[in-house]
Amino acid sequence: MLRYALKRLISLLVSLSVASVVIFAVIEVAPGDPASFMLGVNAQEDTLAALRSELGLDGSKMQRYFNWVGGMLVGDFGTSYTYRTPVSQMIADRMWVSLPLALYALMLSTLIAFPAGIYAAARRGKPGDLAVMGATQLGIAVPNFWFAMMLVLIFAINLRWFNAGGFVGWGEGVLPGLHSLTLPAVALALPQAAILARVMRSALLDILSEDFMRTARAKGLSRRQALWRHGVRNALIPVLTIIGLQFSFLLAGSIIIEQVFYLPGLGRLVFQAISARDLIVVESVVMLLVFAVITVNFLVDLAYAAVDPRLRSRS
Amino acid sequence: MTKFMFRTIASTLAVGASLLATQALARSDITIAMQLEPPHLDPTSAAAQAIDSVVYTNIFEGLTRFMGDGSVVPGLAESWEISEDGTVYTFKLRDGVTFHDGTTMDAEDVKFSLDRATAEDSANAQKALFAGIDSVEAVDPLTVKITLAEPNGNFLFNLAWGDAVVVAPESVENIKTNPVGTGAYTFGNWVQGDSITLIRNPDYWGDQPALETATFKFISDPTAAFAAMMAEDVDVFDNFPAPENLSQFEADPRFQVLVGSTEGETILSTNNKQPPFDDILVRQALAHAIDRQAIIDGAMFGYGTPIGTHFAPHNPAYVDLTGQSVYDPEKAKALLAEAGFENGFETTLHLPPPSYARRGGEITAAQLAEVGITAEIINVEWAQWLESVFKGKEFGLTIVSHTEPMDIGIYARPDYYFQYDSTDFQALMDALNTTTDPEERTRLLGEAQRLISSDYVNGYLFQLAKLGVAKAGVKGLWENAPTAAIDLTQISWSE
Repeated sequence: MLRYALKRLISLLVSLSVASVVIFAVIEVAPGDPASFMLGVNAQEDTLAALRSELGLDGSKMQRYFNWVGGMLVGDFGTSYTYRTPVSQMIADRMWVSLPLALYALMLSTLIAFPAGIYAAARRGKPGDLAVMGATQLGIAVPNFWFAMMLVLIFAINLRWFNAGGFVGWGEGVLPGLHSLTLPAVALALPQAAILARVMRSALLDILSEDFMRTARAKGLSRRQALWRHGVRNALIPVLTIIGLQFSFLLAGSIIIEQVFYLPGLGRLVFQAISARDLIVVESVVMLLVFAVITVNFLVDLAYAAVDPRLRSRS
Repeated sequence: MTKFMFRTIASTLAVGASLLATQALARSDITIAMQLEPPHLDPTSAAAQAIDSVVYTNIFEGLTRFMGDGSVVPGLAESWEISEDGTVYTFKLRDGVTFHDGTTMDAEDVKFSLDRATAEDSANAQKALFAGIDSVEAVDPLTVKITLAEPNGNFLFNLAWGDAVVVAPESVENIKTNPVGTGAYTFGNWVQGDSITLIRNPDYWGDQPALETATFKFISDPTAAFAAMMAEDVDVFDNFPAPENLSQFEADPRFQVLVGSTEGETILSTNNKQPPFDDILVRQALAHAIDRQAIIDGAMFGYGTPIGTHFAPHNPAYVDLTGQSVYDPEKAKALLAEAGFENGFETTLHLPPPSYARRGGEITAAQLAEVGITAEIINVEWAQWLESVFKGKEFGLTIVSHTEPMDIGIYARPDYYFQYDSTDFQALMDALNTTTDPEERTRLLGEAQRLISSDYVNGYLFQLAKLGVAKAGVKGLWENAPTAAIDLTQISWSE
């Protein structure tokens, strides 16, 4: 087990260093000088040079790369070119919007997907199953920003139950905070719920044809009892894997939803930073997301190994 | 019949609502949305207009200031005297002005601010505004003497820019995140990515403004902007980004639409040094190939004033030269043939993100195709535009709005990105800079406009409109934009 964990850890470190090189290279290669973006068309050459040296942009690329990586190792993500505040502070602030939003959306999608998936599997081939499958097909096909616009049109502009966007801040209390995240969470959750419901259904159907399910039925359990006691529990393994993947997607992938609802989250930060060529912010946020995804995968690997002895021995 | 009844009910409701509104007390807070978030709050070290929109005249003030109609009036300077030869300006400062941290604003602060702007390591984005300053002297606490190297007829105008505001040495270090000025509003709070709040300054030297607090919210997506306004989440949208939705607001009694003018000359900028655009016949053909009104209608939904030169139509010195480049594709083809391009040619058209450029560019390219010019559209981000078009000068054509006020002087800079090099024009600008007589200035400006128009330096499209949407009860918003600003001191709710 220890050897397995060590191996996984080394592969994690290698992935992270490769990622840091790729991220730095890709972002630095993009044309556009942060200093001239900030100072605009009337800036004089000496002013630009002064700003570049103030931002530390006058060093060589190699030097800047090592400064960046070295800083991150001790928890210093650098200072934003445009905002002039520490990047770690900015990420922490935005996390308070993006993380609860991702969790909220994940919870909603699970709450919708589980009953829908189980219902469809239990009624395989019947009209109920077809209806759920039709709806999920639609949910996968329609992009979440379109859902977002429809939700705004109905619930914000016509019914006035919610604001059209913005985030009141947790300072106002938990309920108002959740209230302002509800529409974006629903918009994010619907397509995810559609995917999850389909996975739930097919996982359950696979399980239903297993031998142990027949045994359970032979033992005298009703269809429903067998489904709930043995089916759902076993189907959870692939479903949890998907949920794990969806969480990193929700955290990193809410850029468009954060634009539509003008939420001050991580996605919006990256979006603004890219157009302002605030390279250090883009690099650090992307690196952080990569770190989160790789670490989650690492933990999942360890968990699998803990659960399934076959994985350990194979390594 | 039903229609009649519906109307009766609707108007009864409307009357009722307005009665209720008149009984309610006037609100003392306001939420103003804008598209871009300021990167920081120091107007003296960045070009971002969003900074000025929040802080200009609200937090920071200069010796002079712009009014909504574009006029320049005294700001922190109560009055001034100009020496006979036009090189020495003596400003008398207002007495009893304090910064938000309680320190007194005096001549030393003015000297500090101007010295900071002109210093070697200055980060001022408009350093050229101050280029003529020879020395700044604090004669006594309320008198500042500025000596110029040579007369500059624009000097009072230059001092009104947001880049020339007065800052204090005590607080300048943290100006980007905690701006301390002399204005009617103090900095309250900034939730980055979301909003900035300003609070009325009880110690303001001037009249107390009507609004107690103002919140600036940042909504970049045009669809979100429409939704936020329709859901009444925000009270005002400065520079509304979706002109296609304006008619909906116009028809809705809850809202008012403000259509004004900006300082933005939107031009089909042409690389004058790149063949075939180095041939005046080709540039003239370009001018006649473009149907301005079609671009205004198609890209801006009819909002915008056609221009024939690089000058704002609302300026008294403006000369209407649109007649010199009327839409005439046949003439354009003939001119191209004369220049040796019977079969047209290929070029590039770089388009930055704003919709005037992206939408306008598509229409322009279609119009150019009709006379045989194939313009390959290349969409670019601003940072990329600055790098490859503005600095690299690697472009054939580009569409951009030049938003700086009174910027015809850029045509006197041969290394400016469109690379127009005319000694006649440069001489005109030299003469203008040393002329203070208003009539003579108007004459010179007229001549300058005519010269660039008849040299067909660029394709002149339209003056960018300022499109604002606000709730019906908001008064005192600037209709025009002589500079980027949302002057809170003038805004109030009708009671």
